[in-house]
Amino acid sequence: MKILGWAGVAALAVTLGATAQAENIKIGVVAPFSGANADLGQQIDKAIDLYVKLHAKDIAPHTVQIVKRDEGPPTGANAKTVATELITNDKVQILTGFAFSPSAIALAPVVTQAKIPMVIANAGTAWITNLSPYIARLSFSMWHHGYPMGAYAFDKIGCKSAALAYTDFPPGKDSTEAFKTGFEKAGGKITESIPLGSPVQVPDFTPFFQRIKDSKPDCMYVFIPSGAHATGVTKAYGELGMRKAGIKLIGPMDLIPDNKLQDMGDAAIGTIVMGNYAVDLDNAENKAFNEAWHKEYGKDSYPDFMSAASWDTMHAIFDTIKKVKGDLSDGGKFIDAMKGWTGKGPRGTVSIDADTRDIVQDEHAMEVIRKADGKLGIKVLGTTKAVKDECKVLKIGRCGS
Amino acid sequence: MPQFAIIAVSILFDGLAYAMFLFITSVGLSVTMGLMGFVNLAHGAFAMAGGYIVVSLTRNLGIGFAPSLAIAAVAVGAVSVLFERGLYRRLYKATDLEQVLLTIGLAFMAIATATYLYGPIPKSVPLPTWLQGDISLGFRAFPTYRAFLIVLGIVLISVLWYGFEKTNIGAKIRAAVDNRRMAESVGINVDLLFTLTFALGSGLAALGGGLAIQLFGLSPSFAVLYLVLFLIVVAVGGLGSLKGTLLAALVIGVIDTGGKYLYAEAGGFFIYAITVIVLLIKPAGFYGRE
Repeated sequence: MKILGWAGVAALAVTLGATAQAENIKIGVVAPFSGANADLGQQIDKAIDLYVKLHAKDIAPHTVQIVKRDEGPPTGANAKTVATELITNDKVQILTGFAFSPSAIALAPVVTQAKIPMVIANAGTAWITNLSPYIARLSFSMWHHGYPMGAYAFDKIGCKSAALAYTDFPPGKDSTEAFKTGFEKAGGKITESIPLGSPVQVPDFTPFFQRIKDSKPDCMYVFIPSGAHATGVTKAYGELGMRKAGIKLIGPMDLIPDNKLQDMGDAAIGTIVMGNYAVDLDNAENKAFNEAWHKEYGKDSYPDFMSAASWDTMHAIFDTIKKVKGDLSDGGKFIDAMKGWTGKGPRGTVSIDADTRDIVQDEHAMEVIRKADGKLGIKVLGTTKAVKDECKVLKIGRCGS
Repeated sequence: MPQFAIIAVSILFDGLAYAMFLFITSVGLSVTMGLMGFVNLAHGAFAMAGGYIVVSLTRNLGIGFAPSLAIAAVAVGAVSVLFERGLYRRLYKATDLEQVLLTIGLAFMAIATATYLYGPIPKSVPLPTWLQGDISLGFRAFPTYRAFLIVLGIVLISVLWYGFEKTNIGAKIRAAVDNRRMAESVGINVDLLFTLTFALGSGLAALGGGLAIQLFGLSPSFAVLYLVLFLIVVAVGGLGSLKGTLLAALVIGVIDTGGKYLYAEAGGFFIYAITVIVLLIKPAGFYGRE
């Protein structure tokens, strides 16, 4: 009996040894769950939950545990507090989410010090990835949309002159700078550049747009942090009859987030954006993604570009967990393993540039139309394959350092 | 018409529409503060509630926009009486800090409730065709909705002015704002008076909330996001003064709009500049008691 007992202990030890290989990886998600931009958090959160639900089995025997924290307002202060807490108290091994650039910028030194991989699912200021070797980005740089839009607007949309309007925080300046660089290179002329106040609350856009209407440029390029601002822009643009006055509304895709498009009405029709995602993009992965989304969250809930990027973010994290066999002890190794990752997702094929740790993806020029079923949707006017962050390619400003 | 005149008319028009929204939403807050010295930071929550009622009535029940506005104002005004009688009343003699804690707490609860019921995605309302498009005056086209705001504002101001200045109840309210103890000692039931004005103010806030959907969109955080704006109007106008609130709304509305139009780079700076200047010269606001 005694011998049998010892054998049992030995067997148990062997089993324990084997299961010790199966790691439970803690992932901290930082996204805005409160305030004026809470719906952005929801778009990110829903995509992450859905991915984990459908793909948890892919990383077996490893498991993940998601710990969520509120990113707060787009100032970065709150995000820094909660992310530091996630690292020190909750001992998360990977950080993801981050809707706002200020949050990502504030956190860069923290993740460098803690050696924790930070995989960005939205924040788009171009130079963020230069701030820490532990940052990788699956969403976009403002230059992905803004820079190609410059040439496209001049050559294809017929904008000889354009006014810029942007919400006054880092990605706003970045996006308009990107557009300006591309647009002036193509031969266009910028008439004026107007800051639209802070991202915290939606301003009354009317006086700003009235001013632009009176200066009669061919086009108006607007950057706003998606969310409630987008609806406000479309309303003011429609109310002032600017399309009738011959001023075209163009911008990055933040202008027409899929989950608010149906609410925007006829004023949105004819808006042309440059972007990496729309619900109407025609590819097999996107169809499956939308079906899964509607099944989980109902037919009136739509994913948007943040959801698509969050989905790909989890895809890249899961693939990399498999690649490093669940070993998260060295954050640097994890990021190294993510370099060069390629995957197919709702946005088509995307990959992580090994040099910059930033995304490489297709960019589409898209126009808002009224579809045959009466709903608003988009029509793809043209596609550029495998676009890199041009800001880092051209080494402009802080992108060069 | 010369260009600068067109621009001036345009700024006045947009500024006036904005001012009307500010006035309608803030006037209740001003009266509450003036009459009872009560700091009601949940005022924005009443406005938000009005907005969501308008959304539900128009979208789910198919009721027209204008009747929905009226229903929302009456409903919120009525419900606010329960809050006033049940909660606020207990803290009239309490310190400002306790009042602020209670009302900001209510505002946060309202935000959570609205998020639970409607979700965080901003809502909009379908406007009736008569409010869409623009009205052309030859030299310039003006958005119909903003013209509607101005007309509605003028009507409400006239009614309020008449009520305050020409009726018995108005005289009692003015007496109570001026000197509450004296008013009570001559037999005015200030408590009842206050409940009535509180309901009126909350109802107007709800109306303002419904009107704001088209301007800013409506999300749960509306309850606190624009509160600063309302407090500025109240502070600049002077607590408890109808005239003051109107003047403050006009000055802030027009200068803010003009500033954004003419000096867009300085954007939102003007509203704070006016506030600082006015309060430096008149610390109690335009028509506040020193």
